[in-house]
Amino acid sequence: MKQEFIIAGFGGQGVLLLGQMLAYAGMLEGKQVSWMPSYGPEMRGGTANCTVVISDEEIGSPVVSQPSCVIALNLPSLDKFEPMVKPGGLLLINSSLVDREPRRDDIKAVALPATEIASELGNIRVTNMVALGALVQLTGIASFSTLEEVLKKVLPEHRHSLIPLNLQAIQRGAQEVKA
Amino acid sequence: MLGEKVLMKGNEAIGEAAIRAGCQLYFAYPITPQSELPQYLARRMPEEGRVFLQAESEIAAINMVYGAAGTGARVMTSSSSPGISLKQEGISYIAGAELPCVIVNIVRGGPGLGGIQPAQSDYFQATKGGGHGDYRLIVLAPASVQEMVDLTILAFDLADQYRNPVMILGDGVLGQMMEPVEFKDFEPVKIPKPWATTGRKGREKNIINSLYLDPTKLEEHNWHLQAKYREIAEKEVRYDTYRSEDAEVLVVAYGITARIARTAVDMARAQGIAAGLLRPITLFPFPTEAIAQAAEGAKALLTVELSAGQMVEDVRLAVNGKRPVYFYGRTGGMMPTPEEICREIVKVAGKEVAE
Amino acid sequence: MKVVFERPRALSDVTTHYCPGCTHGIIHRLVAEVIDELGILERTIGVAPVGCAVLAYNYLECDWQQAAHGRAPAVATGIKRALPDRVVFTYQGDGDLASIGTAEIVHAANRGERITVIYVNNAIYGMTGGQMAPTTLEGQVTATSPRGRDIKQAGHPMRMAEMLATLPGVSYLARVAVNKPANIMKAKKAIKQAFMVQIDDLGFGMVEILSTCPTNWGLQPAKAMEWVDEKMIPYYPLGEFKVPGEVK
Repeated sequence: MKQEFIIAGFGGQGVLLLGQMLAYAGMLEGKQVSWMPSYGPEMRGGTANCTVVISDEEIGSPVVSQPSCVIALNLPSLDKFEPMVKPGGLLLINSSLVDREPRRDDIKAVALPATEIASELGNIRVTNMVALGALVQLTGIASFSTLEEVLKKVLPEHRHSLIPLNLQAIQRGAQEVKA
Repeated sequence: MLGEKVLMKGNEAIGEAAIRAGCQLYFAYPITPQSELPQYLARRMPEEGRVFLQAESEIAAINMVYGAAGTGARVMTSSSSPGISLKQEGISYIAGAELPCVIVNIVRGGPGLGGIQPAQSDYFQATKGGGHGDYRLIVLAPASVQEMVDLTILAFDLADQYRNPVMILGDGVLGQMMEPVEFKDFEPVKIPKPWATTGRKGREKNIINSLYLDPTKLEEHNWHLQAKYREIAEKEVRYDTYRSEDAEVLVVAYGITARIARTAVDMARAQGIAAGLLRPITLFPFPTEAIAQAAEGAKALLTVELSAGQMVEDVRLAVNGKRPVYFYGRTGGMMPTPEEICREIVKVAGKEVAE
Repeated sequence: MKVVFERPRALSDVTTHYCPGCTHGIIHRLVAEVIDELGILERTIGVAPVGCAVLAYNYLECDWQQAAHGRAPAVATGIKRALPDRVVFTYQGDGDLASIGTAEIVHAANRGERITVIYVNNAIYGMTGGQMAPTTLEGQVTATSPRGRDIKQAGHPMRMAEMLATLPGVSYLARVAVNKPANIMKAKKAIKQAFMVQIDDLGFGMVEILSTCPTNWGLQPAKAMEWVDEKMIPYYPLGEFKVPGEVK
């Protein structure tokens, strides 16, 4: 079993951290993982993306041309990565910032008002966590208790006070996409 | 961190591995895509009571390495392609004076300022001697973050053992990507260095030098170096194979490209093509024998690189005309997809395998 | 019998390759005397340059590293950072220090590296056969300034001592000459001071020493000594440009 994710958005939307948490969760659950970022000028305000592979077996290519899942947190990301989603794959769209419908009908597209939910929770910076919650709910790629453990690992000690807010965002994202 | 798996960036993993290998001093100048390495060591080296120094240039950094290595300390520098070009003078002196050190090149696209995306276009520079004179670096090419750790530790040992600079040849993706790594408990190898310049107390004076004005002496020195390189070639070849036993199309690739090729081999196998992979881990010494042997069983070889075709020349030398050797490359920071490489395998199979 | 003159312990008992009348020999001896007087021979590491003094490692009895052209201050930095309790000095000419190695000398000085720099300025490239140096005087004829140095075309002679004295990392900086006994005495004092600021952990120490090159200047040795007085010192004034706070 192998799942490949591309997570994309504006620099500053936390797409790299979202991907790292996903990879971390996979690792803690005993899977093979790789996380590969785009790097360069886009780190400073443009669009950023990362590719995460989670697999039961040794990972060959960390480069993915047909991801099983794409998270697009803004319109340029949707335009760029929608065509790449594997047929039958998942496309999670941040509908707060994207005003168009998905064009593909051979994939499962889910609209998630991630930025609005984060804003309701009082901190727009947890948009990525809302998306992560939705993704985990939709794919079952990791358990929610693992995510809590991951937060403790990726957030530095002095930021641990933010863990409850992040967990709340993850839960809200999950609820939003529950059938 | 011991024995526990942690998710780390390749650049940082090299830094931590260097610390565990007993690297006492690190000198470097920032350049993308390896800057996480100096950043990591700027924090970690002082924690361990060791030396981190940001030099005024790559040229100064490699010469600081020369000085520190000459005292017998374990020492490292790192950079990316344009910065490694600047270091070439120092690398030639270090090779000539037979000083052990580790040099990391997280390769980006060239020539000139090029770009900042991953490439493998410094293969010639790394393996054939980028500076002047007849010399060789030991060149190690990791293909995963774990291997960046393991080969960094090995690099320090090989450097001391052979009194030779060792290069870790990575690329932008390996430097930037995160994978789980494990640091195993080990004792760094300790090799006596009676040649080091530490002050002449209790002995005759030592001189670290690459100058031999008498041609007979310089030739003697060169034959000594060549004998050392032959010994390295005999003892230190490392490579990995994947589904290569019955391969009709043998892909040869190193580093990140080998990872992508591995997935492509599986794709080709799923289409009924007997594809396999041979991945050189040491680029110098090159696994010439292993490739020659594997070529016996194959119908054709396909070398894949993030360059316009550099390692392919060594593959052709190894195969020595007995089998056709094809090449597929991407340059400038572009990465091939597994599908792309699989298509090339299918193409080669169509030409060479179809009855 | 009382010994009134002997070879310093730090000076090797060999014949040097230097030309007749060249003052490298005097400077080597001064450095050796200072090393002896400070009792640091067994913990001193010298860094030899590229240029006429490339073989300096054969003439002084301490440990040595031979550096690439201009890079001696970086090599010395590497040694000193690895072995902070040793005494490290570079011995560099004007092509090495003031031309190809300007970045290395400026930054080592600016970091206040605890190293001592013996900078030998003879206003010409000696080893390569008398070409123009950054320190070549205006109008001075060399192999690459056959009509005399034209400052419009080749720029001005570089005053390294004055330039480096502006850097806060520098603890001691002097310019001396070795063309007559009185100057030689002063030169030795300055060299000792440049080692002392390192030993006392005060900062970077350098002595610029005006030297001769009779061969490439095309002068008899005695005339060359006079030329230092007549031509060099007026442009490169002698004196201390920076002294450590304590002794000011």
